Amino acid sequence: MNPALAGRSFPPVAPYLVGREKVREFARATSSTSPLSFDPEAARAAGFADVVAPPTFAIVVQESTLQQLLDAPDAGIDFTRVVHGDQRFTYTRPIVAGDELTATLTVASVKSLGGHSMVTAESVMTDAAGEHVVTATSTLVVRGDE
Amino acid sequence: MSADTRAVGQVVAEKTLTLTRDSLVRYAGASGDFNPIHYRDDVATSVGLPGVLAHGMLTMGAAVQPVVDWLASDGRPGDGGWVTDYQVRFTRPVPVDATIGAELTIVAKIGQLDVEAKNARIDLTVTFDGATVLGKAQVRVAWA
Repeated sequence: MNPALAGRSFPPVAPYLVGREKVREFARATSSTSPLSFDPEAARAAGFADVVAPPTFAIVVQESTLQQLLDAPDAGIDFTRVVHGDQRFTYTRPIVAGDELTATLTVASVKSLGGHSMVTAESVMTDAAGEHVVTATSTLVVRGDE
Repeated sequence: MSADTRAVGQVVAEKTLTLTRDSLVRYAGASGDFNPIHYRDDVATSVGLPGVLAHGMLTMGAAVQPVVDWLASDGRPGDGGWVTDYQVRFTRPVPVDATIGAELTIVAKIGQLDVEAKNARIDLTVTFDGATVLGKAQVRVAWA
């Protein structure tokens, strides 16, 4: 992996419009039973504009930013050797249906450890008003030659 | 139970969950992660895996739901509870048998509590086949 990737920021990806049915679909897929994720009335009663996305929903939006990194011609990342090491989501507020999220990826660090490489990438997501919603941080481990 | 009787170490939620191949297909569609190691045994074994594995992000996503449920339950620490931060390390893969699936056990325990500031850290222990599959699985929650 190219160590010069550290510190690089990629252009923001096209805004992602969070749909109500996508929130429900993702909630079902992650075994959620929370009425806040399925029922707009329950969500509104709790003070939210629409159904509330489960805590890991931001991965759906983060995905396209990670793809930018994997596709970077000078990154030298072999996708078939990539293993997901760590994941974190840090929220300013929950994601709700109707949000238009713009994600921007920055490579926080690149490290080598015993033949493996590790890249930590932060995707900062802001809403249509430009306010921070969530930062999704992934560490990908690229296995070296056996 | 009121918030001031809560204490570090208290288990706030426990759940047993079976992931099946159906769960994996459903998660692939919902998340957009169509890596074939999550639905094709031949591809999984060709890269040295024991067989089809659960998406790490599926395990992460399902493991936090007992905490989300707790925040809405009668035993909740306060109203308006939500997950402000959630992190895990993927330490061990979860092979999902085509017939019986994979049974995960989730235990959520209070790791840190600040009643004044109305927030807490919940530590998750997620186990498959007698071993933990997530490391440093921490959920930060806040309430009003």
